[in-house]
Amino acid sequence: MAAAAVGAAIRRREDARLLTGAGTYTDDINRPRQTYMQIVRSPHAHARVKKIDASKAAQAKGVVAVFTGADLEKDGVGGLPCGWLVKGKGGTAMIEPPHRVLATDKARHIGDPIAVVIADSREAARDAAELVAVDYEELPAVADMNAALKAGAPAVHDEAKDNLCYDWEIGDKAAVDAAFAKAAHVTKIALTNNRLVPNAMEPRAAIGEFDRATGGYTLYTTSQNPHVIRLLMGAFVLKIPESKLRVVAPDVGGGFGSKIYHYAEEALVTWAAKKIGRPVKWTADRSESFMSDAQGRDHITQCEIALDKNGTFLALRVFTRANMGGYLSTFGPAIPTYLYATLLAGLYRTPAIYCEVKAVFTNTVPVDAYRGAGRPEACYLLERIVENAARETGIDKAEIRRRNFIPQSAMPYQTPVALQYDSGDFVRNMEDALKAVDYAGYAKRKAESGKRGKLRGIGMATYIEACGIAPSAVAGALGARAGLYESAEVRFHPTGTVTVFTGSHQHGQGHETTFAQVVADGLGVPIDNIEIVHGDTDKIAFGMGTYGSRSIAVGGSAIVKAMDKVIAKGKRIAAHLMEASVEDVEFKDGKFSVAGTDKNVDIAQVAFAAYVPHNYPHEELEPGLDETAFYDPKNFTFPNGCHIAEIEIDPETGTVHIARFDAVDDFGKIINPMIVAGQVHGGVVQGIGQALLENCVYSTDGQLVTGSFNDYCMPRADDVPSFTVATNEVPCTHNPLGVKGCGEAGTIGAGAAVMNAVVDALSGLGISHLDMPATPQAVWRAIQNSKQGQAAARR
Amino acid sequence: MASVSMTVNGKKVSADVENRTLLVQYLRENLGLTGTHVGCDTSQCGACVVEYNGEAVKSCTVLAVQADGANVKTIEGLANGDELHPMQAMFREHHALQCGFCTPGMVIAAVDMCNRYKKLGKKLDEKAVRHELEGNFCRCTGYHNIVKAILAAAPQLGA
Repeated sequence: MAAAAVGAAIRRREDARLLTGAGTYTDDINRPRQTYMQIVRSPHAHARVKKIDASKAAQAKGVVAVFTGADLEKDGVGGLPCGWLVKGKGGTAMIEPPHRVLATDKARHIGDPIAVVIADSREAARDAAELVAVDYEELPAVADMNAALKAGAPAVHDEAKDNLCYDWEIGDKAAVDAAFAKAAHVTKIALTNNRLVPNAMEPRAAIGEFDRATGGYTLYTTSQNPHVIRLLMGAFVLKIPESKLRVVAPDVGGGFGSKIYHYAEEALVTWAAKKIGRPVKWTADRSESFMSDAQGRDHITQCEIALDKNGTFLALRVFTRANMGGYLSTFGPAIPTYLYATLLAGLYRTPAIYCEVKAVFTNTVPVDAYRGAGRPEACYLLERIVENAARETGIDKAEIRRRNFIPQSAMPYQTPVALQYDSGDFVRNMEDALKAVDYAGYAKRKAESGKRGKLRGIGMATYIEACGIAPSAVAGALGARAGLYESAEVRFHPTGTVTVFTGSHQHGQGHETTFAQVVADGLGVPIDNIEIVHGDTDKIAFGMGTYGSRSIAVGGSAIVKAMDKVIAKGKRIAAHLMEASVEDVEFKDGKFSVAGTDKNVDIAQVAFAAYVPHNYPHEELEPGLDETAFYDPKNFTFPNGCHIAEIEIDPETGTVHIARFDAVDDFGKIINPMIVAGQVHGGVVQGIGQALLENCVYSTDGQLVTGSFNDYCMPRADDVPSFTVATNEVPCTHNPLGVKGCGEAGTIGAGAAVMNAVVDALSGLGISHLDMPATPQAVWRAIQNSKQGQAAARR
Repeated sequence: MASVSMTVNGKKVSADVENRTLLVQYLRENLGLTGTHVGCDTSQCGACVVEYNGEAVKSCTVLAVQADGANVKTIEGLANGDELHPMQAMFREHHALQCGFCTPGMVIAAVDMCNRYKKLGKKLDEKAVRHELEGNFCRCTGYHNIVKAILAAAPQLGA
């Protein structure tokens, strides 16, 4: 038999096209007679739209049409829906203000779309958009959450006078209060989880098309989940039956969460295509991405942890304010609740946890899931406070974790914040990481750095994340307005090649390779005979797409289920061909055989018999070999691991240099170690980016200060080191592949590890806290302030 | 409107373009060479890097009319038929691409880096590669494997 494909570092099948310029991203697609859409966006963070005069623009050269929100309303176009209803304290439903495709009453953030100009060329559309005269009445704006919650603050929405979307809680408050009352030590921290701009390298784009002959629409879009866009846009916004709407997400140049959501531009090009009878194309400039792609993080948190005299955690108390921005993005409300607060147990046995989350409207771009989505925020908070607690109690940072870890023997483990972990060996991950980084030799390295005038620090982050949100019934009970399963179809062709249709979507993850590896082993078919098809609602039955590290755990499991059905039918066909009883037929390595005999038939021959059924059990079986399965997981999967950063600070400049970074992760069973390592590398750099470089800044009146790559510091190659990554495979117990997912882990662990290292390096100067990003300026200032404080104390 | 002629991937091409047309627009929209990408509007991301008269240049910083008479090579012209250029081959071997959007610009920039070091008779090391990549963003790979791929291809390209 061929060597197993699963577990091998098979080179990617998608690379040939992507390396030669043969990829097809949305902006690479051009449709006959297409027009170009330019959006008129609000330059104000908060303003009443008094009047829009489009007459000059409409008469400009090359302009086909100008539309405003009034035109959409006339056609009964609905608002952009929110996909998750969070219920706050006492079951109070969150405030869910309308989110119009084009704002008609007020602009609520910089970049809020007001009107569109459609023209024969990109240039004509752009020029004419300048001619659209919008009469704004500027209103006081509020960008900061604390300011937004103050009495008398400008209300972003009339429906939420106090700017509060919801006030939500989880956990046992009384038990937490009781534990704090008897604590030997309490550690407190107040921190900000800075707002980030996802910045996938491909800006969003969309092309809408209407076919007069069939009455059908096609939308090409840069989406992580084309079926979800079809559902949301078709059912809620444009009211197009799904049978008349095809959504295609071709090659997509990165997503990181920002391409999950249904955006106004998708509805606009689709609606306008019918209106003008020509295809309509829109491609974002990077500047537009900065003010229209949903942004990430943005929490302000106060937290305290209670310990007994041995350093055992007794309780955790957390108060978080989470910024929703000017509108609720598709999954915005779910991120700081079900993907954040439920992770606050981390890897620890903390018996009592209470968390309150206030979600706040501000005049800023909407906030939603960005790689990690709630889990980096939870990990950052927990790991920062744990290292502070270690420092305060004089317990070694590894030892305090060791004392509090949930042991593998306690699995499955029910946390006090709803989740039930199924598996993981947390101690082993940490011990492996400590060995990799040579923790024992750290003191020597620190002394050596000191000799060179540098401040060395070491920081750890252990994390657990909940991936593959599930099961649908539970998610539904918690407010999800969608199912969270995945579909797959495994279709044999008559000559033995296989096409697999998956509802997962790849935008860098390499599914065309990893999924094919799973199928090659499962069916015993050479990998070159397997095609993976994704990203087209006309080809694939249904799909929930790719986010939350769910593709292999949920999408891969659906493929296994479909293969099981193919094999079950194949056994019956093979039994007929071999004149044996079906109970005696076994399947292995692509061959059906009769147990205890040398009779066998290849799966390709079975496929041929199914499609050319001359000798076939017609009474009991239909011809064909093509099976579809839906897989709804029983639980989340729980990837976990330990990341350690060692850094060196130049106190003269405040520059943080990462000396080394080691990650040990448990992603369950690994399908392709090369691809998994790549996911970790990329995630880690996004985590480092948040910790040291990236920061989305608004002025107090809501102007976006960091609106381009000039001002928003993206990690470059010389900002980061090479990494050492390793995995421990503790299989997931409840899915057929034993997989957990690996897409977000790097981003979750890295930020906390790096910031703990920075604080560790500065702790000798009496500095116990620094917020992200630890830019040279921030670090230098902290050092100067500390020096001045010490000098003053001496006087 | 102005008329421009240039050589792109060994072929002579000409067209009438609006004066404000950027080289990257001309390549993508007039010639259909969509392998060259646009990732920003401030000339920082490097997704649009092409070889321009023998040097790596961000094609969003050049007007099509400026390129009149120029010799341009894009990612579509790099491989020798079905045989990948060594830099492309090493990117594949070392998993130096994920979504692939930054890849064409990254590969062209990497080839140019090797060419320059070869001319200077210098060898690339990790530090030099990381420094040389400052004009190219990648959001997926964390650069780790890109650096590995370039260091693997460099000796084959004399750098």
